[in-house]
Amino acid sequence: MDAEAIRSERDSGTPLIELIGITKRCPGVLANDDITLTVERGEVHCLLGENGAGKSTLISILSGMTVPDAGMIRIGGTETSMDSPRHALDLGIGTVYQHATLVPTLTVLENLILGNTTGVRLNEAEGLRRLDELASILGADVDPNAVAGNLALDEQQVIEIIKALWKGKAALILDEPTSMLTPAGVGELANMLQRLKGTGLGIVFITHMLHEAIEMGDRVTVLRQGRVVGTIAPAELRSTDPERLRERIVEIMFGEEANELSDVAELHVEASGSTSPDEPDSGGSSDGQGQPAGEPILKLERVSLEPSQSSHGLHEVDLTIAEGEILGVAGVGGNGQKELAEVLAGQRPIDSGSISLRHNGAFIQIGRLGVHSRHEMGLRYLSDDRRGEAVVGTMSVAINLVLKRIGKPPFWKRQIIQHAEVWQHAEAVIKEFDIRTPGPDTNIGKLSGGNIQKAILARETASDPRIVVYNKPTHGLDIRTSLAVRERIRQMAADGVSAVVISNHLEELLDLCGRIAVVSKGRIVGIVENGPNAERRIGDLMVGAFAL
Amino acid sequence: MKPTDTKPPEMTDEHTVVSDGLAGGLSNAEDTPGISLGSSRMEKIRRSMLLTILPLVAAMVVGGLFLFALGRDPLAFYATMIHRAIISPSGLQETLIRMAPLLLISAGLIVAFSAGIWNLGGDGQFMLGAALVGGLAASSAEVMPRGLMLVLMLLIAGTLGAVWTIIPAVMKARYGINEIITTLMMSFIGVNLASLLVKVMFLDDRPGIQTPRTPVLDVADRLPTLFGTRVHSGVIIGVVAVVGVHLLMTRTSLGLRLKVLGANVKAAHHAGLGVSQLTIATFLLSGMFMGLAGGVEVLGVQGFVRADWNPSFGLVAVPLVFLARMNGWVTIAFVFLLSVLSIGGELATRDAGLPNQFGLLIVALVLLFMTVAEYFESRRLRGERTVWATMAVRFLSRGDAAGE
Amino acid sequence: MSEALITALLVGAIAASVPLMLAGLGELISERAGVLNVGLEGMMLMGAYGGFVVALATGSTWMGFVGGAVAGGLVSLVMVVLCVRWGLDQIVVGIGILLGAEGLTSLLHAAQFANTYPRLGKAAAPSIPWFSDIPVVGRVVFGEPYMVYVTLIAVFVAGWVLRKTPWGLAIRATGESPEAVDAAGVNVVLVRSLATLSAGVLAGLGGAYLSLVSSGNFIPLMTGGRGFMALVLAMLARGRPIWLALGALLFGFATALTTALQIFGIDIRPEIVNSLPFVVVLVVLTLFGRDDYLPSSLALPYVRGER
Repeated sequence: MDAEAIRSERDSGTPLIELIGITKRCPGVLANDDITLTVERGEVHCLLGENGAGKSTLISILSGMTVPDAGMIRIGGTETSMDSPRHALDLGIGTVYQHATLVPTLTVLENLILGNTTGVRLNEAEGLRRLDELASILGADVDPNAVAGNLALDEQQVIEIIKALWKGKAALILDEPTSMLTPAGVGELANMLQRLKGTGLGIVFITHMLHEAIEMGDRVTVLRQGRVVGTIAPAELRSTDPERLRERIVEIMFGEEANELSDVAELHVEASGSTSPDEPDSGGSSDGQGQPAGEPILKLERVSLEPSQSSHGLHEVDLTIAEGEILGVAGVGGNGQKELAEVLAGQRPIDSGSISLRHNGAFIQIGRLGVHSRHEMGLRYLSDDRRGEAVVGTMSVAINLVLKRIGKPPFWKRQIIQHAEVWQHAEAVIKEFDIRTPGPDTNIGKLSGGNIQKAILARETASDPRIVVYNKPTHGLDIRTSLAVRERIRQMAADGVSAVVISNHLEELLDLCGRIAVVSKGRIVGIVENGPNAERRIGDLMVGAFAL
Repeated sequence: MKPTDTKPPEMTDEHTVVSDGLAGGLSNAEDTPGISLGSSRMEKIRRSMLLTILPLVAAMVVGGLFLFALGRDPLAFYATMIHRAIISPSGLQETLIRMAPLLLISAGLIVAFSAGIWNLGGDGQFMLGAALVGGLAASSAEVMPRGLMLVLMLLIAGTLGAVWTIIPAVMKARYGINEIITTLMMSFIGVNLASLLVKVMFLDDRPGIQTPRTPVLDVADRLPTLFGTRVHSGVIIGVVAVVGVHLLMTRTSLGLRLKVLGANVKAAHHAGLGVSQLTIATFLLSGMFMGLAGGVEVLGVQGFVRADWNPSFGLVAVPLVFLARMNGWVTIAFVFLLSVLSIGGELATRDAGLPNQFGLLIVALVLLFMTVAEYFESRRLRGERTVWATMAVRFLSRGDAAGE
Repeated sequence: MSEALITALLVGAIAASVPLMLAGLGELISERAGVLNVGLEGMMLMGAYGGFVVALATGSTWMGFVGGAVAGGLVSLVMVVLCVRWGLDQIVVGIGILLGAEGLTSLLHAAQFANTYPRLGKAAAPSIPWFSDIPVVGRVVFGEPYMVYVTLIAVFVAGWVLRKTPWGLAIRATGESPEAVDAAGVNVVLVRSLATLSAGVLAGLGGAYLSLVSSGNFIPLMTGGRGFMALVLAMLARGRPIWLALGALLFGFATALTTALQIFGIDIRPEIVNSLPFVVVLVVLTLFGRDDYLPSSLALPYVRGER
């Protein structure tokens, strides 16, 4: 059965995609446990769930990247093995993956016609025709000869969607497509999906954002721990009031834990209230004590980085962070957050401007100092690229815990490693931070993201931290670990350790920070005091800046 | 069903280690230095024996088939080989002598590979060290005491080898230019320059010498021999070098820095390890050992350098060190094995009337079989079917799409 | 300079560059697909030997080239299985292949020809009335062995295939981002296997040129480092066959120049002339080159879902 046929069989009554009893076991976890769901034509089916709920595994299965251990896949009523991406594409199922799948060195057109291996010559004319057709359905303006790697992230996202539609004549699967988009971009995407839906396409939309599911979905399926724990049918979705729906979905997503989590949240409010009643500058409470009343500890003045092909650079960034302050950095991903973090950490030399840190009572210029010296002075950095950058996956937990103190006593004496010291330190840290590992000698790459993050947190906050830069500190972590990490940031702030928190989750910043800086295209477009209207103002800044 | 899909896909929510290009292709599979559990030691030894002996036997069987096809008696051939290389005292001495340059080269490669740097220009570095020593040793011996001369010559050889890596080192550190291209190019130039040195600058121009070569260093002035045998002290230098490098890599802070660089360049940056300096230091250290190997070979064995001489030790040692996983002790064992194969091979082929390159064939087979054995072992450890089932599935399933 | 000398120089340059061009072209293709083929020299040797044996048996140079291509291709199958399918280290396997080919060809040569040393006749070249009689040009342009023309055509065909065909596109994409290629429904293993295989075939042809045309016989280790030279040329060519061909010609010219100058009485050391192109390249790279344009997934095995 070919893709056109699958899509056009509207009236036969068979669903477009049926997954029946899909089970997939990954080492240590049951990623998908007996999942059954259907996707209808002309419908947006939202898959909702936390990280680790099994969404991504389900996507790999639907796109042919992974073959399930058990269960049946029926496309247009016919059972299929779906054992390669090619097979899925041939059945008309196109996927927009979470990670970029454009070849950066090829042009847009080349990226799109890659995979059509029929014929001797590349059929560019046919490609252009199809590109026009799809671009007009989406309402997008696309330059076919632009080199993919030079496009902005949101432009690349559009190309990814066109690429998925190229062969995906029956169904389109989108894996967290909004994580890199501006609010305006999200709206644009919603419009595109509406139009595509109208052509009879079945759409699977994966997200962990509740409101997106409620706004865009015709049907919502909630996953938890690899299982389907609830489905909301189109009728219910249309008839229920959004606030009510939200509550209902939260209940499904977290089950009994939902109550437990609210307990935790309340607990921490009490805790921060009691430990720092007369320290309004701690900025720790969620109702946002705005003013950084402590002494300034770090100053950035007109810090700039030249833009490059892959980055907006930084433009005359001015920032002052006070002792014990938690400063948030909000913005759409890829607008200079990473650059700012690396400039602070000393991983990137700045092109102009100055960075100064208060050290032993006086401000000293640190713009030219390397990572090592800044670390020694108490300026720490938790990278968002946990596995790729923050740790050496093929080395032990113990070694990774002292990675930034190589050659230093007590772990090294006369540059010779003291295994006993390293080991004891690791054991102590593992206990204190509750790092779940078989032992200090286990390669850190084998641990889960949350445990790796705990280890990094332990390393960066050890021995006299004074200001810590957190880049997406809770990204991809489960709720419990996320809360633990936030709690740690808050506690340290109460002890006078400043923090710069970069996050894609506004909710997180509103929970933690006193002030929130909004970045766009490498500039700070505004700093918002946390308060009742903060969320709207930050959103305005992000969108407004986007319109520039 | 793809046996390779072992990674929980949810973990891809975060970026997994993405190594960039060639530099990342070389990873330290060896576990972290030091911290290891004593209990698994026996299992480790047993496994490494299996990973070495089995491929060796397989290679000899395949080699034996060739011998048989050529009308030679494989058993007799191997018997001669082993006898000549290990059992007969003179053969054993030859084997040990052959180890000296290979050990030093391996030491240089261990440093480079641990830091993720493919120094494939060992031949040029080796030949330059050799040529300069070959040219200077004899005349220096006339004006200074032997001990001083030897030390000076080794210093010169090591320095020249290191100097020859400066260009690739700087290009890698500053511009990120791939070192495979640059070291290979420098190696071509180095080998040519060495030959030029021998032919022009250091030519022994007494009449009656057919192939151009440097003056001969008197046997009495060469590296001291050990315990009345012909085995020279270069072997000791080689062993010390490999053990020293091993300790450097496993015990010291510099070693760990290099290993971090080799395992994950981004992490090295992140940890503030001074990537450029470490890269350059690695090249210099690696080149020094290569040059030293050339010097030792001339001072210990050859006594002079002929213009057409180039033993190409550098390349053979590459897979060897890689298979030893940059472990010094394993490297010494492998170097011994390689020396046995090449010395035994050379002598046995001479007896059998075959070209001595036959030894290369055996070495190549051992290397390839060891690589394959390693592959199956790592799959077995990951719990992905048994060796033969995997093999059968692989062949039958046409490597299903891009499964691997 | 005399006409004869100029002719000799140009003919010599072309003759010396053809093996580099063929092998380098193969390497270039496989590198664009992300496979670094360090065993190129070994594949050339096998091609030289295979070509020689077949040509000797059949009496046909063309059959000899077929034999060389098959021999080179067979060796590259080792690479296909071990490196492309199983993802083993390309450099280690490449060196293994090199050593094995050196041993095997020497052994077979000794067993078959050690006492006879047979030679082949001169390779055929076209003789076109009038054109072939033009001074210098007649010999250099119209009187080359047929394989020279085949090689030049191959360079242009490869350039066209890489730029204009679906397979070329797939090859270029695979070297950069195999996961993207996989997601686009193209079989990464197949693309890489074919690219590696073509490297073997082309290197085999290059080796066969040495034994069939250049020397007319097989000598153990006769490739003398040309495989590595071709490897470097391919890496420097930034993925463009035409640049590779020009680079190979430059080297051929340097080799020919040495011989020609010696005939002319100027005693310039071959070592200097042979190194000169590399010295120039290094100087240029140091002064201007800040990158080396290698495919970003070169030498990295691809395993679905692991990156």
